[in-house]
Amino acid sequence: MKTGTLLLSIALCLPTAPLLGQGGTTDAWPTYAGDYSQRRYSPLRQIDQTNVRHLTLAWLRRLTAGPGGGEGAWFGPPPGPPAITGGVAEEPMTMPGATSGSPRLAGSILQVNGILYISSPDNAWAVDALDGHVLWHYWWKSRGGIHIGNRGMAMYGDWLYFETPDDYLVSLDAKTGQERWHKEIADFSQQYFSTTAPVVVGDHVLVGTGDDLDAPGFLQSFDPKTGELQWKFYTVPMNQGDPGLETWASLDAARHGGAQVWTPGSYDPATHLYIFGTGNPTPAYTAMLRAPRDEHTNLYTCSVVALNVDTGKMAWYFQTSPNDTHDWDATQAPVLFDGMFAGKPRKMTMQASRNGYVFVLDRTNGKHLLTAKYSDAANWAETVNAEGQPVRNAAKDNTVAGSLVSPDNGGATNWNPPSFDPRTGLLYVVLREIYAMYYLTNKDPRMLVGLGGSEQDVVGSLGTSIVAIDYQTGKLAWKYRLTGGSGTGLLTTAGGLLFANDGSGSLVAFGLRGRRSPVPLWHAQIGSIENAPETYSVGGRQYVLVTAEGTLYAFSLQ
Amino acid sequence: MVTIAVAAILGAPQSRAQTPPRPDYPEHPPAPPEQVAHGEQIFRSNCSFCHGSDARGGETGPNLVRDEVVLRDQRGELITPIVQNGIPAQGMPKFALTAADITDIAAWLHRQPLSDRGAPSTLDILVGDAKAGEAYFNGAGHCTQCHSATADLAGIGSRYEPKTIQNLIVSGGGGRGRRRSAGAAPPVNVPPTTVTVTLASGRRVQGELDHLSAFVVALRDSAGTYHSFARHDSIPKVVVTNPLQWHIDMLPQWRDADIHDLTAYLVTLK
Repeated sequence: MKTGTLLLSIALCLPTAPLLGQGGTTDAWPTYAGDYSQRRYSPLRQIDQTNVRHLTLAWLRRLTAGPGGGEGAWFGPPPGPPAITGGVAEEPMTMPGATSGSPRLAGSILQVNGILYISSPDNAWAVDALDGHVLWHYWWKSRGGIHIGNRGMAMYGDWLYFETPDDYLVSLDAKTGQERWHKEIADFSQQYFSTTAPVVVGDHVLVGTGDDLDAPGFLQSFDPKTGELQWKFYTVPMNQGDPGLETWASLDAARHGGAQVWTPGSYDPATHLYIFGTGNPTPAYTAMLRAPRDEHTNLYTCSVVALNVDTGKMAWYFQTSPNDTHDWDATQAPVLFDGMFAGKPRKMTMQASRNGYVFVLDRTNGKHLLTAKYSDAANWAETVNAEGQPVRNAAKDNTVAGSLVSPDNGGATNWNPPSFDPRTGLLYVVLREIYAMYYLTNKDPRMLVGLGGSEQDVVGSLGTSIVAIDYQTGKLAWKYRLTGGSGTGLLTTAGGLLFANDGSGSLVAFGLRGRRSPVPLWHAQIGSIENAPETYSVGGRQYVLVTAEGTLYAFSLQ
Repeated sequence: MVTIAVAAILGAPQSRAQTPPRPDYPEHPPAPPEQVAHGEQIFRSNCSFCHGSDARGGETGPNLVRDEVVLRDQRGELITPIVQNGIPAQGMPKFALTAADITDIAAWLHRQPLSDRGAPSTLDILVGDAKAGEAYFNGAGHCTQCHSATADLAGIGSRYEPKTIQNLIVSGGGGRGRRRSAGAAPPVNVPPTTVTVTLASGRRVQGELDHLSAFVVALRDSAGTYHSFARHDSIPKVVVTNPLQWHIDMLPQWRDADIHDLTAYLVTLK
């Protein structure tokens, strides 16, 4: 416990070098990705290649959403505490998974001082990391919004933060689950909806949101104590004279241009930069109104962006898909690491993007270092330009007659977290090589608001794999074909293990063998896995934690 | 159709069908049709010159249907001051319209669909050359190795919409369902994926693949009996045969023009 407290203070109050050292995450899991680097590499090694065959279930806990929630089914363990209720809706909407039934636990789970903090749309719980006992459950009465998911919570001292689909940032007292305050973070009438996990850096709670209509994207910083807004950074030009406006057909197009910030970013204490990805431009599937000419790249959509965390001012950006026309957000984790590149030591960030290309940048200044195609199937670009950006082939846009394109809408990979192994310099990513016919369904560009105007029919797949990408060359060290079709995120450990959802209902522990293909050493069939596996250590015992079908599963060595 | 027929037989009122789910976002307050019609008329004679006759943007005025103020407005309360005062900095003049007239305009604006997302398309996808498609079918495409225009594909042009035919050309019928399209994918007679499992004893078990992972292989044999086997490394030996493998292998090779030509040809097989 004492160790946990110390590590928490390091993580949340003194976000300095240790979080970015080669050590990776530690006993606790105090942020979205365990640490600020988003490597999802744990130095824990109690569970390793020699003993992972003896990994077994320590506990499981089924959770129930909504005001009547708690734990367990009617025949299960005694019910948990009644939900603490918050929310502003006079007539709250009802929806299975949010107001009743089994929640979708797709996000990250915090582990601090032996307590797990877990969230799903409109719901949050505190659970004992030793046995799954529910300490409290908080439920938010919702006025609506798209309830697609919740990616997790953030923590500052004894305070928790999470976002709701109806666009509130809610702060809870971690000890009791009581609400401290809630703040409206986006205009509900413009159809924003909020899914992402906030990130606490110093005295900032960094908060993104989402929108599928055509409202502008932004990242905001709030005071963790009071919830007061500190700064707001728009990811598209909002006024005459704003940088990037020349990359849009008009100011009106830019102000409706999207670039939502719907996933958490990484943080580099040395440069004080918060590095995150932005979403697609809107209208998503046609460039006619927003980018009629080649120079219309639509900044800062589909970009990796670095902001000074104190001022909210942009330090640099790199656009991974200039003028995207397929809804391929660049919201995948920009993973941070240090190493040699082309014979020189570099501080880098690396993103395996939804568009099928991987990018390595110098994270101190955004300088482009490497672009490589990690999906054999990706066929939407024929060349990469001098800046390292894939150049879109307009013949592979949505067309009336139909175009055969890979990736499909889900992308070569999506938001689900990758993992970077600092010992091998390999980035592990779930790769989907799926093809769809993309049809333009309306020739009037003025009707193509947001995600309108497109029909996409999946017509085949080369399969789903875990790939290991060498950051120095962009080449694949190996490609392990999964029998199932889904990936919910990856975890590596110093025990030489890679934990993954195999898409066929199993959590699998693979033994990593450097640049050789990994071998499956252990698995547990637990059903439809929902989140990226995590690991933590409590009471001298290492646990592997994952969710499936509204249930938490914790595995350890017995 | 089936649902209604069953309901009629059971004597249940048709309204017993589930109430539509509440929309994700609040809808604007309802307005009587005559108010909406009046609002449209006033809009057309005063506003459409700049904003387009459908309010989705014109030569000088922006799209109002998805405008931030219009989305926030309920019954004209936010639109009225803008219309009456104008926005001189952006070149919008003031209009001497009454608050009642502007409320009617708002009622009409709020009835306009925001987006056509999910709406079925009525566009004609046929652009290909049927002659070229026929030549590809019988020649370069090697389609006749498995298919025949007079056997399995006879009449396909009468059975399916052109877009469905085109998707089937690529997928072979093995696609994983359709995205954002009305109605389910029609059944296509595709032979099943089969598997041969050779046990350590040398015994072979064959049948339709049920599921496969790194740890288990499961199948149904010709008698319909279900078998599942644990997998350890390469034991037992598992050989999967997918009858659609040719279609999968073609995915990286297709030219869109050949797909369009083949579609144009197959729709002629009435």
